[in-house]
Amino acid sequence: MVHVSATPVLALRGVSKRFGAVQALTDVELEVHAGEVVALVGDNGAGKSTLVKTIAGVHPIDEGIIEWDGKPVSINKPHDAQGLGVATVYQDLALCDNLDVVGNLYLGRELLHRGVIDEVTMEKNARELLSTLSIRIPSVRIPIASLSGGQRQVVAIARALIGDPKIVILDEPTAALGVEQTAQVLDLVERLRERDLGVILISHNMADVKAVADTVAVLRLGKNNGSFPVKDTTHEEIIAAITGATENAVTRRAGRRTTEAAK
Amino acid sequence: MSDTSKTVKQDPEPASQATVAPADDPTAAPVTVLDPRLLIREEGLKGYLTEFKRKMKGGELGSLPVVVGLIVIWTIFQLQNDRFLSADNLSNISYYLSATGMLAIGLVFVLLLGEIDLSVGSVSGLASTLFAVFVVDHGVNSWLALVLTVVTGVGIGALHGWFFARIGVPAFVVTLAGFLGWNGLMLWLLGESGTINIPDEGPVHLFGQSSFFMDQAVIGGYLLAGLGVASMLYGSLMDQRRRRAAGVPFRPTSEIALRVGALAVAAFVAAYVLNSSAGVSNALVIFLASLVIVDFVLRRTPYGRKVFAVGGGIEAARRAGINVSMIRITVFAIAGGFAAVGGMFFAGQTQSATLNAGGGNTLMLAIAAAVIGGTSLFGGRGTVWSALLGMLVIQSIQTGLDLLNMNTSIQYMITGAVLLGAVVIDSVSRRSQKAAGRA
Repeated sequence: MVHVSATPVLALRGVSKRFGAVQALTDVELEVHAGEVVALVGDNGAGKSTLVKTIAGVHPIDEGIIEWDGKPVSINKPHDAQGLGVATVYQDLALCDNLDVVGNLYLGRELLHRGVIDEVTMEKNARELLSTLSIRIPSVRIPIASLSGGQRQVVAIARALIGDPKIVILDEPTAALGVEQTAQVLDLVERLRERDLGVILISHNMADVKAVADTVAVLRLGKNNGSFPVKDTTHEEIIAAITGATENAVTRRAGRRTTEAAK
Repeated sequence: MSDTSKTVKQDPEPASQATVAPADDPTAAPVTVLDPRLLIREEGLKGYLTEFKRKMKGGELGSLPVVVGLIVIWTIFQLQNDRFLSADNLSNISYYLSATGMLAIGLVFVLLLGEIDLSVGSVSGLASTLFAVFVVDHGVNSWLALVLTVVTGVGIGALHGWFFARIGVPAFVVTLAGFLGWNGLMLWLLGESGTINIPDEGPVHLFGQSSFFMDQAVIGGYLLAGLGVASMLYGSLMDQRRRRAAGVPFRPTSEIALRVGALAVAAFVAAYVLNSSAGVSNALVIFLASLVIVDFVLRRTPYGRKVFAVGGGIEAARRAGINVSMIRITVFAIAGGFAAVGGMFFAGQTQSATLNAGGGNTLMLAIAAAVIGGTSLFGGRGTVWSALLGMLVIQSIQTGLDLLNMNTSIQYMITGAVLLGAVVIDSVSRRSQKAAGRA
C-alpha cells in the first residue's frame, strides 16, 4: 500500500451547490491525500461532474469550505484552481490535432528563450517527462493526429503534469479506450500516485476503480453515500452504495442470475 | 507543427496506425520514448528516398505539386513562346508577383484559422484610392499617407474580425459584405473621374517597376542571395549545436548542407537571372523580407503558435487559456494590413488609383496562390512560403497568357481551373492524410 500523508492536500467540508431549483450537491465531504487515488463514482446525475467542476473552479461553491493543505481557500475561477495546483483532464481531450506532441504539452505556456519559443528545451523536457512516465509514443515531434486514442489520452494526462500540479482530476479517462489502451492509462495513474500526486478519478468502470483506486467515494443524488477503502470492499458493496439500496434493478438482476445458475 | 520536416534525424513515422504501443511493463527501466516497433529513418540518401515515398503515400505532398506544376507551366509556355524564360520576362514575373503576394501573406493567416477573407481584393483597391486621396487631394506627406493607409487596412480587418469573433457572424459572410462595401467606398471616393494619378515619388516610387535594390548594382542581387544563404546556414548550425547540447535529435550536417545548398543554387540563379535583366526590384525585396518576418512570427513566437492552435482545435486552444477572440480579430487585422500594403504595390505599378484596382480576379489569385502553395483551406496547416510558391505559379500563368495575347475571358477560365485544381489537391491530400492517420 502506498504512503498516505496525514493532512489531506485537498479537503471539501460540507460543500453545497445549487443551480436554480436544483440542489446539485448537499453537504459533500471529500478528502484527497498526496499519493492517493480517490475514485469518484455514482450514477449519472449523482453530482460527480458538478463536484469536480467546483474543485476546478468552473462552478464556485455556494456553501461549505474547500481546504488546501489544511487551510481554507476560495476557488472562484479556473485560474484559482490552476494556481493552487489542480490540473483537470477532461473527458473530451483538449488537444490540437495539427500540433506535435511538444506543442500540445506546452500549449498556452510555451517556454521562451530571448522572446522566441524555446523548442529545444521544450523538446528535452517533454522527452524527459514522457520517459519518466514510461509513455511510449513514436516521436515527440509527430502531430497528435497520428496518435492512437490511448496515446492521445496519455499525452493529455502528461500535459496536465507540465504545470507541476498537486491534484490531478481525470474525468473518465478510459471511457473510449480499448483493453490495451485502458491498461496504459491505468499504469499512468499508478505512476502519478508514485510521484506523490493526489488523483481524483471519475469512472463508471468498476474494474478500473478496483484496479487503481485506494479509496472509493460514492455520490448519490448530490450527497455522500459512503467512502470505502478499495482493498476491503467488494464490487457489490460499491454497486449497492451507488444505487442506494440493496433492493434495486441491479441486485434483482444479479439475484435472477444466481437463481437461474442454481437451476 | 505543420513543419514536421523540421524534425530530425530520428523522426520515425508510425509503422502502422492500426497498432498501438504495447502496454508498458512498469518494472522496465523507463529510458526510451521510442516504440521499438517504429521505423527509424535510415541515414543518408536512401533514408531520404524512403521517407519521401512514405510521405507521398500518406498524402503529405508539401511543396511537390507546386514544383511539378511550375515545371509543367514553364515548359508549356516556353514551347509556345521562346521569350517566356528570358531574363526580362522572369524579371517581370518576379516584380508583378509581389503585389498579389502581399495579399496572399495575409490570407495565409486567415486560412490557418480555417477561415476565409473575401475582402482583401476590395480592401487593397480601397487602400490605393485612400492613399491617392491623402496625397493628391489633401497634400499629406506620402510616407505618412502610407502609414495612415496601412493603419486603415488593419482597422478594416479588425472590424471584420470583430464581427466574426464577437458577434459570431460567419467570416465568409462578413468579408463578403466587406468585399462589396469597401469596393463601393472606393468607387465613391474616386467619384466621377474614376482615376487619380499619384506622383511617382516616395512609397509609390519604391513599389514601382523602376525602383531596384541598390540602384541596379550587380552586387545587390548576389548580396541578397548571400545574406539569405548565410543566415540559413548559421541558423541551422546554431540549432544543431543547441539540440546536440540538449541531447535531443538534431539534423545531421549532411542534411543541413543539402538544404542550404539547394537554397544557395536557387537564390544565386535567381539573382543571376534578375541581374541579367534590370536588377532586383525593391517590391520583390520587400515581399521577401515580409515573408521572412512573418515566417518567423508564425513558427517561433507564442502568437504564431496560438494561431496554429486555434486553427487546429478551437476548444483545445480555449482550454489552454488562449484568447480565441483576440487571435481571430488580430488575424483578420493582419490580413487587412497586408491587403492595404498590396494595394500600395498596385498603386506603385500604375502610379495611380483606378476603378479596377483590387478588382477582377485579384482576390481569386491571392486565394489560389496561398492554396496552391500548400496552405490548407481546412485550417491549421500551412506556411507563409506558400504565398511565394503559389504566386510564382499564378504569375507565371498570367504573364504567359499575356505573352500569348490570350483574351481576359480565357485567362479567367484558366485561373478558375487552376484554383479548382489546387483545392482538389488540398482536399484529396487531406483525405489520404486521414487514411494514413496524419490529419
